[in-house]
Amino acid sequence: MTTLAAADSHLRGRHTKGRLFSWLLGAMTCFGIVMLLLLLVQVLRQGASWLRPEFLTRVASRVPEKAGVLPALVGSIYTIVITALFAVPVGVAAAIYLEEFAPRNRLTRIIEVNIANLAGVPAIIYGLLGLALFVRLLHLQRSLVSGALTLGILVLPVIIIASREAIRAVPSSLRQAALAVGATRWQTVWHHVLPAALPGVLTSVILALSRAIGEAAPLIVIGASAYVPFCPRKLTDSFTALPIQIFTWAGLPDPKFQNVAAAGIIVLLALLLTMNAAAVIIRQRAGSKLKW
Amino acid sequence: MVSPTPSADAQPVTPQTGAAAAVDVVLRCEQVSVSYGEKAAVHSVDLAVEAGRVTSFIGPSGCGKSTLLRTFNRMNEFIPGVRIDGRVLYRGQDLYARDVDPVQVRRCIGMVFQKPNPFPKSIYNNIAWGPLINGMVPRAGRRGYLDDLVERCLRGAALWDEVKDRLDENGLALSGGQQQRLCIARALAMEPEIILMDEPCSALDPRSTQRIEDLIDELRGRYTIIIVTHNMQQAARVSDKTAFFYVGELVEFGDTDQLFRRPREKRTEDYITGRFG
Repeated sequence: MTTLAAADSHLRGRHTKGRLFSWLLGAMTCFGIVMLLLLLVQVLRQGASWLRPEFLTRVASRVPEKAGVLPALVGSIYTIVITALFAVPVGVAAAIYLEEFAPRNRLTRIIEVNIANLAGVPAIIYGLLGLALFVRLLHLQRSLVSGALTLGILVLPVIIIASREAIRAVPSSLRQAALAVGATRWQTVWHHVLPAALPGVLTSVILALSRAIGEAAPLIVIGASAYVPFCPRKLTDSFTALPIQIFTWAGLPDPKFQNVAAAGIIVLLALLLTMNAAAVIIRQRAGSKLKW
Repeated sequence: MVSPTPSADAQPVTPQTGAAAAVDVVLRCEQVSVSYGEKAAVHSVDLAVEAGRVTSFIGPSGCGKSTLLRTFNRMNEFIPGVRIDGRVLYRGQDLYARDVDPVQVRRCIGMVFQKPNPFPKSIYNNIAWGPLINGMVPRAGRRGYLDDLVERCLRGAALWDEVKDRLDENGLALSGGQQQRLCIARALAMEPEIILMDEPCSALDPRSTQRIEDLIDELRGRYTIIIVTHNMQQAARVSDKTAFFYVGELVEFGDTDQLFRRPREKRTEDYITGRFG
């Protein structure tokens, strides 16, 4: 009979191994979190005292004490709204088509592979595309709308891929239930598949927009201005955005501008956190009604 | 739309019992074969389903009974590479004719699935949705019409007394057996002539199974029911006619009593006496 009380040395060895790995994994997790915290602490230490109400209402200035973030903040918000208006309908529609309607053939497979590849293309390449297409070919100038559309194209693959995942996760039994009572494909998608996929789609949208709002490279390529002393009013106005403003400040010789840049980073982070919080809330609202 | 064909001679696989009374055939398969890519699932099935009766399909797993059932409301065609040959006639019309709309087919031929799959909506809307999207609800007096419809269907599915005070609750909050009866009620709301049931009790406990079987018995006569089941006792209990399938072929089709007591085919006998399956 095997005694249950005293574990043999082999079993003890296995337990030790298990404990070792859980420690290792924990340590890796801590490493990531600690790095993030260090970054956050550093930025807060540098920038918190510079983050006064005037900072949010003033325009950029040569004097660090008078510098403000308003045009960049407004530019970023406008950009992201236009990006969303363009990329979300197009991306979600493409995801629905590929997942629910497209015939499964070689052409769709080629399209799928290419979308996946596009998601991995560096942002600066999208900037060049935006420069050629929107600024030059469509004569939209170095404007707000050019920047927003460029960012829209940049995040489109992300939205498509993640939305498809969300749509695919909807159980096929739900589709069959709808079809069996005489619904058309479209009614099935609109009334059942999309509502069920909504939390996942929203997550993908917010993740994509969060990426877009932090991008500086493509905007620099299409020529967002470094110094804009006014808020954009029209789609064709020249503009700046938070990442560009931060980048510009960080490159200025006066060391006080490092603090201004840090304050700008805090504003950008706050904006990002707000967007993510909104996503969580919307997702929970939508998700609470759907369970199976 | 009642088929005018005299049916006595049109029953090749049914043994003629006594007088050639006119049999009302609602669904007829003529040499129906179904294949997925290279793999054939159903071979040349001839079958006539009588109106108002309960017909059960039995056979071991993979014998093609569910596949055949799904050809009756064109639910097979979402599977890539599926190919259907032969004719499936509903009241004399070929379900796969070029001008037939599958949506229209599914309005007349309802379906209940293996796993209960109510919509993640209220009990009320689970039933109202089908008629609403199909434009069956008159615009005037909409609410009253729907209230009546919901009550009638829930009563029809023997669920009304259990849920009448909580029609706004999510259909998924019900127990498994109640969910399956809700799915039956949902099918009834379309006023189908035929209801297909694909192993409707396989996910349910014995008590819930009993209730579904009682319900099938109540629906007999008003609806034509075709039920696929793994459970031979269930087929014997609920059905008037039984079809036994084996590796894609219809081996034997006849009155349930006769098929279980005096099977004509050796394979049927081996299966129902538990020698394989």
